[in-house]
Amino acid sequence: MQDIIKVENLTTFFDEKIIHNKISFNVKKNEIFGILGPSGCGKTTLLRELCLLEKNFNGDVNVLGYDFNRLSQKDEQKLKESWGVLFQFGALFSSLNVYENIQKPLLEYTKLDKKLIDDIIRFKIDIVGLKQSDAYLYPSELSGGMKKKAALARALALDAKLLFLDEPTSGLDPISAREFDALILKLRDLLDLSIVMVSHDLRSIYDTIDRFIVLDDKKIVYDGDIKGVKEVKNSFINTFFSLGDSV
Amino acid sequence: MQNVRVETKDGFLTLTFTGEISIHNLQSIIDFTKKLDFESYTGKTIFDFKDLTSVDTASAIYINKLLKKYDIKLKAPNKQIVKMLELTKENSDKSFEYKPDKLDFLQKTGLYTYKKFAFVISVLNFLGELFVRKVKLLNIKNFRTKELLYEINQTGLKALGIIALTSFLVGIVIAYQAAVQLKIYGANIFIVDMIGISVLREMAPMITAIVIAGRSGSSFTAEIGAMKITDELDAMRSMGFDPYYFMIIPKILALIIVLPILIFIADMFGILGGAIISKTELDLSFMFFIDRFNEVIAFKHFFIGIFKGPFFAFLIAVIAIYRGLNVKDDTQSIGKNTTKSVVESIFAVIVCDALFSVVFTNLGI
Ligand SMILES: Nc1ncnc2c1ncn2[C@@H]1O[C@H](COP(=O)(O)OP(=O)(O)O)[C@@H](O)[C@H]1O
Ligand SMILES: [Mg+2]
Repeated sequence: MQDIIKVENLTTFFDEKIIHNKISFNVKKNEIFGILGPSGCGKTTLLRELCLLEKNFNGDVNVLGYDFNRLSQKDEQKLKESWGVLFQFGALFSSLNVYENIQKPLLEYTKLDKKLIDDIIRFKIDIVGLKQSDAYLYPSELSGGMKKKAALARALALDAKLLFLDEPTSGLDPISAREFDALILKLRDLLDLSIVMVSHDLRSIYDTIDRFIVLDDKKIVYDGDIKGVKEVKNSFINTFFSLGDSV
Repeated sequence: MQNVRVETKDGFLTLTFTGEISIHNLQSIIDFTKKLDFESYTGKTIFDFKDLTSVDTASAIYINKLLKKYDIKLKAPNKQIVKMLELTKENSDKSFEYKPDKLDFLQKTGLYTYKKFAFVISVLNFLGELFVRKVKLLNIKNFRTKELLYEINQTGLKALGIIALTSFLVGIVIAYQAAVQLKIYGANIFIVDMIGISVLREMAPMITAIVIAGRSGSSFTAEIGAMKITDELDAMRSMGFDPYYFMIIPKILALIIVLPILIFIADMFGILGGAIISKTELDLSFMFFIDRFNEVIAFKHFFIGIFKGPFFAFLIAVIAIYRGLNVKDDTQSIGKNTTKSVVESIFAVIVCDALFSVVFTNLGI
């Protein structure tokens, strides 16, 4: 399978502090790829780098065939239209309701007529498992799970083929979290998505993630699937995954 | 059209699609198909998808619509396309329609009236809460000296520079305009009377109030509004820190203490500006300026200017805080309320000033 993300010798620093030290990994097409690691190890930062929100790095990053070191303004715009990002807290526009939140990118980037946009939005609301009547609700009127679903619908508005999710199940109750996992799997299959996600949720790592990296102390300490992870000698991995034995 | 080819053969209309259709090139396909006469080929149209590699959900929704409306047949769609069409099919049958609320004239009038009414009630509510419940129970124990000092530093000390500068410049401007007129009549020395009275009585308090409304009023509103959105106010309440004692009363008190002092500074610098112009334009020495000032400017003018300070401060602080507490759950309402806070407090200050003018004139002060 084809690699849609290639990262080589990526080094990240804030001022004097090094966050990632020469890390390399690949993400394959149609894969759900996890980024794991202890709090503060730079998972969110890595995700933000992959979606061009953070540019404090050295090294080679290639996403969807675009080399980040040679990116024109136009390429950057194009890339940003071709992926969707789901932020940890949803980051819906608080003065727009669910419908308008999803409508925003469609109005901005397409010239489709109002009726077709209506149909598209109705479909997105459906597919993420919200009710049609939720379209009228404002972000402050949504529960945590609904917020994430609405944000996912917005991220999918332009039919992105690549999704970045930051802790999609954190802050959700266990039932909503499992629902969300199922939703991610379903969407991946239905829409042929490739997904990069940061997660702390063991259940969701076991259920959804195909392959993952574990970041610890500026390095990648593991790169592979769930089967091989227990052989690794690393205190974070050992503690984290031994919790899983009781799940 | 690069993605579509049209053929008519044996009474059948055939559209051959190539490449991929996605939301980004969908509009051109729509424009193209709009020109075709599907109507008369109903049931006799074929979409040839042999060379079409993929469609996304948006285009599948559109294709489904056409298929259904004109009974179009598909030829050789690949797995991905069949899947997408299946996936989006259910949806195109559903009939929920998003209709944003559109109000008619009567509803708008009603809503507007009700909002104004609710506004009055909520202002009274806030003032009631502030005075009847909180100020009444204010005592040594729940009085927050630290917060008060912090606010005095923020709203007072840090504003000294800008107040001094603004007032100095206004002093210069007034003196300059006056000097030109007074020179014509040879009434040079009256510039002292003019500067003295206008700066002490009106300009200094007004300039100070306006700068503080823009500076501290807006920051009170934005700060409290943002705290409300992030639930920080509720967090404070849940820990038993009453926002009224921790934030609101210290802010109001700080402005009440600080504004008269700032007006005093504005007095000094405004007059300094005037004195400099008197020297350069009218050749009145500083010594003469001060002597005459002492002679003609009654103490009451200074006193009236300072006396207005606490009133202006109260209006600015209360409006700013009320506006902050009024912020709703979305970020835009911070902006709206901050704007309103500044506009309303400047307006209130001007109205209050006008009232003072009437009252003082009638009292003969
Ligand atoms: N804008 C920034 N400036 C300075 N340091 C930052 C910035 N953003 C993140 N960091 C630091 O980078 C590290 C990684 O942060 P983050 O990627 O958010 O961690 P996590 O793995 O918990 O998502 C943390 O130590 C954080 O303090
Ligand atoms: Mg994080």
